[in-house]
Amino acid sequence: MIEIYLIGAFLIGVGLFFNRNTVLTNIMLVLFLALQWTFTIHAYLNLNSTELTYFTFDSLGVLLLLTLSVVSVPAIIHSHIYLEGHHSPPRTQAIFLAAMVVLISAIGAAYLSNHIAVTWIFTEITTLCASALIYHHRNKLALEGTWKYVFVCAISITFIFIGILFLSLSVQHAGSTDLSFANLLKLSKKLDPFWLQLSFLFIFTGFTAKLGIVPMYTAGIDAKDKAPGPAAALLSTVLMNLGFVGVFRFYCVVANSPLHHWANLVIGIAAFLSIFVATVYMIKVKNIKRMFAYSGLEHMGLVMLGIAAGGIGYYAAILHVVLHAFVKSSLFFQFNQLYRIYQTKSIYHIGDYFKYNTTGAIVLLLGFISSAAMPPSGLFVSEFLIFRSLFEANQIIVLIAVLLLLTMIIWAFGKNIFKILFIPPIDFDESYLPKISPWESSTQFILLAAAVYLGLNPPVEFVQLINDSIMILPK
Amino acid sequence: MVDVLLITLLITLFYMSIANRMLTYVKVLSLQGILLFAIVFLQLEEINTLNLIFILLETVIFKAIVVPLFINHILKRNKITREAEPFLPHFVSLIIVTVIVFITILLSNSIIETHLDKMFFVVALSTIFTGLYIIASRRKIITHVMGYLVIENGVFVLSLAVGNEMPMLVNLGIMLDIFASVLILGVFLNKIGDVFKDIDVDQLSHLKDY
Repeated sequence: MIEIYLIGAFLIGVGLFFNRNTVLTNIMLVLFLALQWTFTIHAYLNLNSTELTYFTFDSLGVLLLLTLSVVSVPAIIHSHIYLEGHHSPPRTQAIFLAAMVVLISAIGAAYLSNHIAVTWIFTEITTLCASALIYHHRNKLALEGTWKYVFVCAISITFIFIGILFLSLSVQHAGSTDLSFANLLKLSKKLDPFWLQLSFLFIFTGFTAKLGIVPMYTAGIDAKDKAPGPAAALLSTVLMNLGFVGVFRFYCVVANSPLHHWANLVIGIAAFLSIFVATVYMIKVKNIKRMFAYSGLEHMGLVMLGIAAGGIGYYAAILHVVLHAFVKSSLFFQFNQLYRIYQTKSIYHIGDYFKYNTTGAIVLLLGFISSAAMPPSGLFVSEFLIFRSLFEANQIIVLIAVLLLLTMIIWAFGKNIFKILFIPPIDFDESYLPKISPWESSTQFILLAAAVYLGLNPPVEFVQLINDSIMILPK
Repeated sequence: MVDVLLITLLITLFYMSIANRMLTYVKVLSLQGILLFAIVFLQLEEINTLNLIFILLETVIFKAIVVPLFINHILKRNKITREAEPFLPHFVSLIIVTVIVFITILLSNSIIETHLDKMFFVVALSTIFTGLYIIASRRKIITHVMGYLVIENGVFVLSLAVGNEMPMLVNLGIMLDIFASVLILGVFLNKIGDVFKDIDVDQLSHLKDY
């Protein structure tokens, strides 16, 4: 089935690239979503089976694939609305849609791959597609964002490759040449620790460009700022999850080796610095899209902190990754409606959103509550569990520092969001207001509601998938 | 013989650190491609012939001919000035690259490893770090790209060190080469030349938080 999925998605991508007929484009997009969902359901029904040697439908992969499929539907709907509203030239539209379709399928394939080199190849493909999406507007700033993204990603992909080379040396010590995750896990006790250490450092650093945490987070922020809303929604949710998968699968190997404690330390430092950096920028930021991006930096920092703390933190981290994807994508989808009214990203010139677009304003308010992890948001549950895991790991000082930083983030985030919602903007011309259908916000309500539901009352199957994904980790 | 070639590769790094003209960088990159071609030819004995031919073609055609010609084309087309404009004087650059090589030698001496040829390890790491240094210390965007190409060459040498046991990794390295070079050079440099008239990193600072 996966060969049908990959070939089908590729053909649809090529078709979208060459086709200029609107009806045909819509048919192909619907066809792609149908393919995506058929494949997802197939993957769920055939849990733990392997296809084409390199792809295994394991719990983590299937869980994130489900998340991807859920987010990809509104992403394509909003791309459609976005492209119609902007009247971009047909060629640009075609490139945008084709890149998005290939991006989604490459991310899906990377989730499921059971071999570190295959994950790496699909990560490369995502860089290519993402750069096409970021460059959509074809102006000077978009070019700057794209250039930075491509360059940083190229270097981080090289880092991952260096990590794989060191890993191969480590594996040779254990008398094997197979780099699949299953084999690495089997040999984890016998791997040479020195090369494993080096390889973990390089692979972790490399994947942070996709994961969006310190040290390689910068290019991702610029990319999310310059990419159109629906594309930015994908970049700051499912693509970050791809980085998470890369780090997490390799972390499982390291965690079963004697280096477990050391790896926790590395991840913990990077995670704490991410939250710190996010706080510093959140206080100053005046560009609403970058604010959302920095909020993503904070959330991914929390996720990695959960991983570093261990215990219940593993469960919380995966839950947080899924819920964050729903919440953050809904905020980015809402951003486009906001932009249509104010024609600016600067918080200085935005305000009184409740007056101009009530439904959208409710989404923004609920999105803020969810993102700040206040009850009833599902993120409240996962963040609470992450704090508990820190407490149980006796990291009280880290916990207190993180709580202080989070308080500052919530204050800065809230200050900006409430300014957008209630305080009248300066020099705003009300004579020309575009009509925005409340139906456009419906997808965001569904995503936010899903985040609440999955957090507060998770279905048994969902919990089972998360528990299966963390089973291989030491308790 | 392989050792001689590797040391020559190391010497090109020193030369690159003090090179003043853009054209010199291009020539050194081309020379590195030819050196890598020779190293592959001598080093990878246990690999099957078809794969070997593919790798040889990649190094000699892609690294030594196509990429340098293309950079040359960009330099002419965008009328980029001939100076490399480093932030630091050449003397300091030379010392820094020497220190890099020295540290990698010390580092590799502290490692006991039977599966790895020390010579490859030293040359590869020095090349990677020199590439990073070139990226950090030059002003023009095109020199950043060249620094990246140097890093790629370093990674390629590293992959050759394990190439006899795992030929797949060498192929993956080549994929990285082609993919990243095409992406960086092909898609963007033409565009960057059109939009930013005088290509300089100082111009890439408009994305701000407010």
